[in-house]
Amino acid sequence: MEVLFYIAAAVTFLATLRVITHVHPVHALLYLVVALIALALIFYLLGAQFAAALEIIIYGGAIMVLFIFVVMLLGPLAVEQEKSWLTPGTWVGPSVLALVLLGEVGYLIAAGDYLPISGMETRQKGVSIVLYGPYIIGVELASMLLLPGLIGAYHLGRRLSKEPRSC
Amino acid sequence: MLTTHALMLAILLFGLGLVGLLSRRNILYMLLSLEIMLNAASLAFIAGGARWGQVDGEVMFLFILTLAAAEVSVALGIVLQLSYRFHTLDADAFSEMKG
Amino acid sequence: MLKLLWLIPVLPLAGFLVLALCGGRLSRRQVAWVGCGSVGTAAVTTALVSVDFFQGFPDRAFYQQTLWNWIDTSGMTVGVSWYLDALSLLMVAVITGIGFLIHLYSVEYLSGDDGYSRFFAYMNLFVAAMLTLVLADNLLLLYLGWEGVGLCSYLLIGFWYREPEYGTAAQKAFIVTRIGDTAFAIGLFILFTQLHSLSIQQVQTLAAEAWPIGSTRAVIVAALLLIGAVGKSAQLPLQVWLPDAMAGPTPVSALIHAATMVTAGVYLIARMHQLVALAPLVQETVAVIGLLTLLLAACSALVQRDIKRVLAYSTMSQIGYMFLALGVGAWSAALFHFLTHSCFKALLFLAAGSVIHSLHHEQDIFRMGGLRRQLPVTFWTFLIGAAAMSGVPLITAGFYSKDWILWSVWSSPLSHHWIWFGALLGTLLTGLYSFRLVIRVFFGEAHTLASGEPGFAMRVPLVVLALFALTIGFLEVPHTLGHLSLFSPYLSHVLPTLEIRAGIDESSETLEQIAVTCSALLGIGLAAVLFLPRFNFIERCADMPAGHALATWWQNGWGFDRLYDRLIVRPWLHLTRDSGEILDHGSKLLVIGAESCHAWLSHTQTGHVRWYAATVAVGTLVLLGLFAL
Repeated sequence: MEVLFYIAAAVTFLATLRVITHVHPVHALLYLVVALIALALIFYLLGAQFAAALEIIIYGGAIMVLFIFVVMLLGPLAVEQEKSWLTPGTWVGPSVLALVLLGEVGYLIAAGDYLPISGMETRQKGVSIVLYGPYIIGVELASMLLLPGLIGAYHLGRRLSKEPRSC
Repeated sequence: MLTTHALMLAILLFGLGLVGLLSRRNILYMLLSLEIMLNAASLAFIAGGARWGQVDGEVMFLFILTLAAAEVSVALGIVLQLSYRFHTLDADAFSEMKG
Repeated sequence: MLKLLWLIPVLPLAGFLVLALCGGRLSRRQVAWVGCGSVGTAAVTTALVSVDFFQGFPDRAFYQQTLWNWIDTSGMTVGVSWYLDALSLLMVAVITGIGFLIHLYSVEYLSGDDGYSRFFAYMNLFVAAMLTLVLADNLLLLYLGWEGVGLCSYLLIGFWYREPEYGTAAQKAFIVTRIGDTAFAIGLFILFTQLHSLSIQQVQTLAAEAWPIGSTRAVIVAALLLIGAVGKSAQLPLQVWLPDAMAGPTPVSALIHAATMVTAGVYLIARMHQLVALAPLVQETVAVIGLLTLLLAACSALVQRDIKRVLAYSTMSQIGYMFLALGVGAWSAALFHFLTHSCFKALLFLAAGSVIHSLHHEQDIFRMGGLRRQLPVTFWTFLIGAAAMSGVPLITAGFYSKDWILWSVWSSPLSHHWIWFGALLGTLLTGLYSFRLVIRVFFGEAHTLASGEPGFAMRVPLVVLALFALTIGFLEVPHTLGHLSLFSPYLSHVLPTLEIRAGIDESSETLEQIAVTCSALLGIGLAAVLFLPRFNFIERCADMPAGHALATWWQNGWGFDRLYDRLIVRPWLHLTRDSGEILDHGSKLLVIGAESCHAWLSHTQTGHVRWYAATVAVGTLVLLGLFAL
């Protein structure tokens, strides 16, 4: 149990270190995905299952996909590097770290009945109740933040399409 | 113990993010570093919530997630704009606001 | 139907919004329909509401409607709520009824103007603000309307903004009334801090309980409200703005500067009558101010050359009568004179507008003359208006209201006989200046050729108002002449009736009426003698040096403008120009300091995002370090 935490922490740390030191954006993104999944495991171990799921789905999924899209859109700027991105050696680092994580998750599944912290269900219920109770203003503010985010992203993207690409 | 170490990890990650933010010149990497710092903050919240057995930590994580989603969508739009205007991703090249 | 009350101010406001937001896209016809229609439907709504109101009238003396809470903090709740009683219904009826006629008139009067939709937008906004003022249930909402009408007055005086002196006149009106408004606002603050309420009814009940008659606080608050009323109603000493306000289009002068807005001061004092009654000193001041204004303005009206300025001074003079009546406690008489005055003065302004219109914007009465045959409708309606203003007995409305005021002045326990003699002199002067105008404009030989009678839309309001000016006085016929009284019982549910002073015999009323009648007729006769061309007595008078000087003095409104210019405006300008240097040194130091600080700090503004991030991080570190220590 504690060993799992330390292994996951080491994976997170190493992957994050590679994110900030790597020169290729796609590699850095891969390392970041691994770091996020490891972080999700830590969340799980700390008893926040819902947060762990969201970390994988939204961070590791949606937000990282956005980054990858942008890297693809920036193509002309990175075109010289494109060939070097495809060498198989670049996959080794993330793969090793991901395998370590896989081993951990496998161990957790194999351990079966061993639940890290009891009373999970009530805890998740509590999150929802608190979120829509005392924190309702926060939820409203979050929606007010997301709407300008949407409009801003749309606006910036629209201006882009009008801009001549070859200038 | 676990939560104390989780907090230490959060500090480490935050430091790494800050170092990345300050040392990298590519604006895309700066955004990645920002994401790392945000994650470190949410880890700290969740660790704190687990330490005290309260759900507020997770609520804060949800808010950070929302914030990150909004921030990334706008920031990436700006990155695209900048790359088309300046033909570079060098953050130091965008110094139009020099006083 | 009473529930429709909220619609009355909302309809003109909606008209304003439509005209302001898409007035440029509408055709002139549509603009006229929106502008007139909104006020017209408001008038119809008023009729419906008043039918319902009168059904339950004496039992249910008022109707209150709260729309929503405007301000709701601890200790202060101000609602957007309307309060309809006999007094406010009278005001609403006058505003919407006469307002509609004047809007109708403007459709033709301004038909050639570029700012057609702008004009109707401002007029609709004015009507909405004025209705808010009179329907308000609390003083804050009343103040909103009060400022709203001030704003619209400013906008409409400066309607033809390309002429610089019109803009100056608008600013003058705005600034002078601002003095009164400031005093009014301070009065509201005092009332609220002392009594913790702004509701008109509640605050007066509380004041009557808390403050004995003549107590300092009551006097201060009442005096501040009086200054507000004096500013709005162009009474002494804040009367200087009204003659210049004639720069606006004539319908504006008829609606704002004759019928409605300038009587807002009268309404305010009548509305706060319980509070004013707590301060007898202030009430006496009201009477004295009224008397002085009515005499001074009547003298000035005698010598003006501009037809609209004559009417402006006459408005001041007639409002002086209303203030006089308020001052002696004849509340209902003041409101009755308000009713008749708004009919005949709106009529006079509209007829004058018709003259100006047909003479291609000629306003000098010495270049008019002989228009009787060329403009018969205008002549007859103007004659009726002038007769009503001078109080020609029995057949005109002005006689009944003015006679009521003078009888109240004679018989009130709050009055003195010398006030009555002053007011009597006023009726003589009124007859004199009204018929001077009639004779100069419509008799004698023609100096300018008129382009013919105005069209249908301008004639209808003239005829309707002329009918009102003749008949509306029959609402209250004194008992010496047949005793028909509808108006005073109606208002007695809101305003206290006047007690007759001990020792005054009711039979003396007949004598008093004869005196008033004689004085008015004497004034008219004198006007005929003095101003008809075949006796050129007055020209010889004006040629004499003393006569000339007096005429110039009166023509400039007793020199108040010059006095204020010397006393206030010039010293102030002087202060800002010369001794301003010393003050400037202080501010220059500030500028130098700010500039050097800016030069130093702008080095940190590198334009590099990473530098900013680093400074944020360092700042956080320093703060955390301080916190940890």
